[in-house]
Amino acid sequence: MTKTRNLYLIPYAAWMLLFVATPIVLIVYNSFFDVEGNFTLDNFQKFLTPVYLRMTFNSFWYALLITVFSLLVAYPTAYWLTRTKHKQLWLLLIIVPSWINLLLKTYAFIGLFGTYGFVNAIFEWVGIGTQQILFTDFSFVFVSVYIFIPFMILPIYNALEELNPSLIYAARDLGASPWKTFRRVVFPLTLGGVKAGCQAVFIPALSLFMITRLIAGNRVVTLGTAIEQHFLVTQDWGMGSAIAVLLIIVMAVIMMLTGNRGARNSIR
Amino acid sequence: MKQLVRLFAAVFVVALGLMYFTSYLNSSQGYSGANTLTIYNWGDYIDPDIIADFEKETGLKIIYQTFDSNEAMMTKIEQGGTTFDISIPSEYAISKMKEEGLLLPIDHSKIPNLANIDPRFMNLSFDPDNEYSIPYFWGTVGIIFNSELLGGRTFTSWNDLWSEDLRNRILLVDGAREVMGFGLNSLNYSLNDTNEEHLQEAKRKLGTLTPNIKAIVGDEIKMLLAGEEAAVGVVWSGDASEIMGENEKLDYVIPEEGSNLWFDNMVIPNTARNIEGAHKFINFMLDPEIAARNAEYVGYSTPNAEALKLLPEEISQDERFYPNPELTKKLEVYENLGKKMLSHYNELFLEFKMHRK
Amino acid sequence: MKKNSKLAQLYLVVVFLVLYAPILYLMYYSFNSAGTMHGFDGFTLEWYEEVFHDTRLLIIVLNTVVIALLSSAISTIVGVTGALAIQRVRKSRPRNSLLAMNNVLIVSPDVIIGASFLIFFTMIGIKLGFTSVLLSHIAFSIPIVVLMVLPKLQEMSPTLIDAAKDLGASGWGVLTKVVLPFLRPGIFTGFFMALTYSLDDFAVTFFVTGNGYSTLSVEIYSRARQGISPSINALSTLIFLFTITLVVGYYFLNRRGSRKPEWGVTQP
Repeated sequence: MTKTRNLYLIPYAAWMLLFVATPIVLIVYNSFFDVEGNFTLDNFQKFLTPVYLRMTFNSFWYALLITVFSLLVAYPTAYWLTRTKHKQLWLLLIIVPSWINLLLKTYAFIGLFGTYGFVNAIFEWVGIGTQQILFTDFSFVFVSVYIFIPFMILPIYNALEELNPSLIYAARDLGASPWKTFRRVVFPLTLGGVKAGCQAVFIPALSLFMITRLIAGNRVVTLGTAIEQHFLVTQDWGMGSAIAVLLIIVMAVIMMLTGNRGARNSIR
Repeated sequence: MKQLVRLFAAVFVVALGLMYFTSYLNSSQGYSGANTLTIYNWGDYIDPDIIADFEKETGLKIIYQTFDSNEAMMTKIEQGGTTFDISIPSEYAISKMKEEGLLLPIDHSKIPNLANIDPRFMNLSFDPDNEYSIPYFWGTVGIIFNSELLGGRTFTSWNDLWSEDLRNRILLVDGAREVMGFGLNSLNYSLNDTNEEHLQEAKRKLGTLTPNIKAIVGDEIKMLLAGEEAAVGVVWSGDASEIMGENEKLDYVIPEEGSNLWFDNMVIPNTARNIEGAHKFINFMLDPEIAARNAEYVGYSTPNAEALKLLPEEISQDERFYPNPELTKKLEVYENLGKKMLSHYNELFLEFKMHRK
Repeated sequence: MKKNSKLAQLYLVVVFLVLYAPILYLMYYSFNSAGTMHGFDGFTLEWYEEVFHDTRLLIIVLNTVVIALLSSAISTIVGVTGALAIQRVRKSRPRNSLLAMNNVLIVSPDVIIGASFLIFFTMIGIKLGFTSVLLSHIAFSIPIVVLMVLPKLQEMSPTLIDAAKDLGASGWGVLTKVVLPFLRPGIFTGFFMALTYSLDDFAVTFFVTGNGYSTLSVEIYSRARQGISPSINALSTLIFLFTITLVVGYYFLNRRGSRKPEWGVTQP
C-alpha cells in the first residue's frame, strides 16, 4: 500500500530536486565569487555596509506595508463578495485584470497618476489642487497593492465560503453584536486563509523590482532592485547571488517563525 | 471530482488545439524550413517592411527575436542553446563580447556596401578595424527640456542642471555610466575617468543635485517627458528625437563640456548557423536606400553617409542629431573599464540613489 | 443569507472601479490617432487593423495562451500532490523546512530564477523554446498552488478520512471521493493564480526562450526602448474583451444548464 501511495509524490519530488535544489546550489556557489571569478567572502561583508542594510530595512518595511494594506482592502472585499448574487462570477472578474500585461498596466498608472492625469483632474475639480502622486511612497504602495490584491482576496474568500453559517446564527442567538460575532467567530475561523494570503503577498513583495523604478522613480530601492542591477547591469552575479542567499535565509526564518503546529494559528 | 476532471480535460484539449493551429500558422509563414536567418534585436528597432524586402530578395526567412537589455542578451548568447545569426548590441557590450570570444569575425569582402559608412564611425576604440562589428545607428547623451514650461530658458552646460529653479523638475535615465558620466563631465573630467578622487568628487557633486531630481527612470522617460510630467530630462538622443516627434515644445542639446557618443552595431554572434546569410543581411542593411528608410522609421542617427544624403534636409541638417565636427570631437565613446571598475561605478550610482529621498 | 448594505455595495463598486481603471485607460488610448498614451487626438481604428495584419503577433499571443493553460494545469496537478506530501509530514521542523524549500522560487527574483534555469537547461541539453518555457512556467507556478491548497488541507479533519476508510474506501477512493472534492476551492484558486503568474512572467521566459519562440510579455518589454506602440494597446483590448466574454458567457451558460455553476471556484 505504501508503495503505490508514494508514487504520486514523484513529480513533486522531482520538481524540488531539479528546479529548487539546482538554483539554490547555483546561487550559493556563485555568492562566493567576485566579478573576476576569485573565491571571496567580500560579497557578504559588503552586505553589512550601511547602504545594503538600509536597503534590507526598506524592503521589509515596504513589504510589510503592502501586506497590511492588501489585507485591509482584501478582507472586506472578500467578505462582501461572498454575500453577493453571482459571487463566483464577481470573484473571477477580480482575477481577470491581472491577466493584462503588467508593464502596460503600470504605464496606464503613470498616465492616471501624472501631473495632468485623471486623478489630478479630479483633485482640481474637487478643489484640492494638483498634487504630486507619481514617484511617492503612496503611489508605490498603491500600485503594489493593486498587483497583489487577487492573491490576498482568493484565499480569504475561500475561507469565508467554508464558514458554517450556523455558527454565525448561533453567535447571534447568544446575543453577540455583529461586530463581536465577526471578531470572535468569523475572523478567527478564517485565519488560515488570511495567513495563506499574507504569505502569497509578503514573500514576493520582498523582491519587488521594476515598479520601484516605474512608479517610485527609484526613490524606493529594494533588495529586488539591487539583485536585478547586479545580474543585469554590473553582471556581478556574485553579489546578486549573495543578496539572494540572504533573502532566502530570511524567508526560511519567517516560515519557521510563522510555522504552524495546528491549522488555526495566529499570523504574527 | 467530476468538475475537476472536466475542467482539466477542457484546458488540455483547448491548449492542444491552439498548439496545432499555431504550428499551422508557423508553417504557412514558411518558418519551418532550414533556410532561415535569426535576428536578435531590440523590439521594434527595424522597419518591418525592410525585413519583408530582404526576404523577397534573398529567399531567406527571417526569425525575429527581441531582447530588452544588452546584458540580458549577452547572457543568452554566452549560455548558447540558441541560433542567433545577427545581433545588435551597444558598443560597450561589443568589447565585452569580444573579450569573451562571443563574436565571429566579419568578412569585409562580402560587404561591398561598407564603403557607404562615414569613415568617422569606423575604426573606433571598441573595435579597431571593425573586425567584429558594423555600425547600425549612433547617438549622444544630452539634455532635453521643455522651454515653454521653463519660461524660455535654454541649456548649454551640464552645470545648468544644478540651477535652483529646477527643484523637482529633472528626470534622469537609470544608467550608472550615463549619470556618473555627466557628473564627471560637469567637472570637466573624462567620462571614462578611473581616478578614485575624481569619482568621489563626481558622486558628491551629484549628491547636491538630489533636490532637483524628480525621478530616475527607464524607457518610460519618453512617455513622461512627452506628457510634460517634468520639464528637463537627461536622455539618449534617440529617445530625444522620438519625444520631440510627439511633443514639439521640447528641445535637445548636447552640453558644451562634451558627452557620450554611443553606437549600436550589427554583429555575428558565435551562435550563428547561417553565416553566409548574416553577411548578406548586413550588406543589405548598408544599402543607402534601405538605410535611409530604416533611419526614418527608427528615428536614430544613421552612420551611413550615402543614406544621409537621401534623407530630407530637416533631418540631415539637424545639428542636434548630426552635431558639427567641432562638437563631435568632444564626444567620448564609453571605454571598457573592466569589470571591477564598472562594478565600482555601479556601487557609486547605487549610493547616489539611496542618498536621494 | 443577509444582503449587503448600501455601504458594502459602494465599497465593492469602488474596488472594481480601481481594478479596472488602468485597463479602461489602455482601451481608451488604443483608439488614439496620435499613437501615444497622453493627449487624445482623434478616434481611429488604425491600430486594430495593424494587429489583424500582424501574423507574428498572433502567433505570439497563441503561444502565450498555450503556455499559460498547459503550465497552470500541470503545475496545479503537481502542486496538489506536493501539498498532500507536505501535509503528511507531521513533525513541525522538517515540515517547515519543506515549506521553506517550496517558497524559494517565490522569494527569488525572476532574473535569478531565469538565469539559473537557463544554465540548467543548457547543461542537460534541452533545446530552448517551447519545452524549456513550458517547464519553467510549470516550475515557478507550483509553489503558489501549494500555498493555496495547503490551508484547505489543514482544515480537513483527519476523522473525515478515518470515517471514509472505516466505510471501506481504498487509498485511491479516499483521495478522489473525499480529499479532492474537499480541496476543490483551493485547487481552483491555485489554478487561476498559476495562470496569472504565467501570463505576467517576463524575466524567466526571456532567459529560457529561443529559436524564434516568444511570448507576449517578452515582446512587450523588448518594445519598451522604442516606445510601446498603440497596437499593443489594441491587442490587449481585444484579449481583454475576449476573456471577459468568455468568462461571463460561460458562467451564465452553465448556470442555465444546471442551475448551479458547474465550475464554481467554491464549493456548492
